[in-house]
Amino acid sequence: MSKVSSLLEIFGLVKVSPGGSKQNRKSPHNRVVRGSFSSVVSHMSNSTSLICKCRYVAATISLTAVLAFLISPTMASAQTGSSGNSDAGKDKTTPSGPILRDGWGTPVTNALKPGEKPGPAPRHDISGTWEPARGPGDGIQAFGPRDMPSDGKPGHEPPFTAFGLETYRAHKPLEGEERVLESLSNDPRNICDPMGFPRADFYQFRHTQIMQDEHKVAVLYEFEKRWRVIWIDGRELPKDIPEPRYYGYSVGKWADDNTLVVNTIGIEGESKMWLDEAGRPVSDGVHVEERFHRVDRNNMELTVTIDDPKMYTKPWVAMNKFPMRLETPDYDVVEMMCIPSEEEQYYKDYGDPASGVDSKQRK
Amino acid sequence: MKAKFLVIFALAGSLVASIPLLAHHGNAAFDVGKRVTVKGTVTEWVWANPHCWLKFDAKDDKGNVAHWVAETNNAPDMIERGWSKNTFKPGDEVTVTVEPVKSGNPVGRVVGVVLANGQALGMSYLEKK
Repeated sequence: MSKVSSLLEIFGLVKVSPGGSKQNRKSPHNRVVRGSFSSVVSHMSNSTSLICKCRYVAATISLTAVLAFLISPTMASAQTGSSGNSDAGKDKTTPSGPILRDGWGTPVTNALKPGEKPGPAPRHDISGTWEPARGPGDGIQAFGPRDMPSDGKPGHEPPFTAFGLETYRAHKPLEGEERVLESLSNDPRNICDPMGFPRADFYQFRHTQIMQDEHKVAVLYEFEKRWRVIWIDGRELPKDIPEPRYYGYSVGKWADDNTLVVNTIGIEGESKMWLDEAGRPVSDGVHVEERFHRVDRNNMELTVTIDDPKMYTKPWVAMNKFPMRLETPDYDVVEMMCIPSEEEQYYKDYGDPASGVDSKQRK
Repeated sequence: MKAKFLVIFALAGSLVASIPLLAHHGNAAFDVGKRVTVKGTVTEWVWANPHCWLKFDAKDDKGNVAHWVAETNNAPDMIERGWSKNTFKPGDEVTVTVEPVKSGNPVGRVVGVVLANGQALGMSYLEKK
């Protein structure tokens, strides 16, 4: 049984979050779910009830796990030339499992106690440390914005202008429909150039610390440890942009007690930035609207709309009510940096051999 | 008999295909769905960006040593999966299952690792207490 347990754990099949199946069935990517078990469920026929599916899948998993593990030494031997069976798993003493810790090393707890209901949202206040409510994978958005992923499905292609399409074609992304080999990408992120805004919302959108006073809201992104300021002191967006910025110029106004509408212009644009991980373009003429709607004390939804006439024929919604939940006030966010020297080492050790190229061929 | 094994492989494939993938790059370099299990000795565990990667040596029957490089996700992601900078040290015996690259080099991305003491490290996120 320990062998089977090990196998299931390796393959990510034993850590199933309660209710995960229902949530995960809504997710377009297997990559972004917490439990792989539910992904298997999502692939099942819709003609039977979920309970029946679970039973069927559980039986399938059990059978397959046993059979696969029994034959695994043969597979390993065939593929590696190794002659012996693995002795891993012989030790029956399983150490206690790891627990989730924050950047400070403190065990992470839910902001709500078991059975506790969220209180009402405070008025004109979106401060706190927020995380994607469906788990960290939901904010990665490797295929592009959550509600417009580059996955070839109908309705998921933004309405490119001719120039937008031309710019898109010049990009060599690592993800999405136009993806290329590891070392052949020209994504400015590969050399740790700043992603800027709005890509900060669309890629590695993880723990996000929001701090505010009566004048401004500061958004602190986990990825790259970048931050931006949204002015809420009543000022208007600048008529003439002093100089373009990676994170643009943002002003926010309260649409109601619990919804902050943020408008941003004045970004660097196409010469230095991409819109998303899939290589969609963004221009210096883009106008981005974000709606931070605090549903209650512990939950917030973010909707982001792109209006970029240079690149897209009409505005489109990139993230629609993206759910975020509040962490405990003492949650310490880990460092997630882009470090040029580590990137270089990564490509040397891994990216180039993975791509079958040498460093001279690298883009 | 052959048909039975085909069924087994198809079922195993349906399981492993649901493993969370990496975010830094796509599938272009990988032999998607293929799995290779290798037993070896850790030479280096690089806790770095954009992804962490494990270097280990594996010998075949003839004594030839393959220098494997297998990547995981980024450090914050691995922390949320219960891994750490101290998960491996040089000399550790490990059994690593990877999705290999198409190029034929001993390179792949980690699906799971079993340590010498039998502890299995997977790629699923941990839950809060």
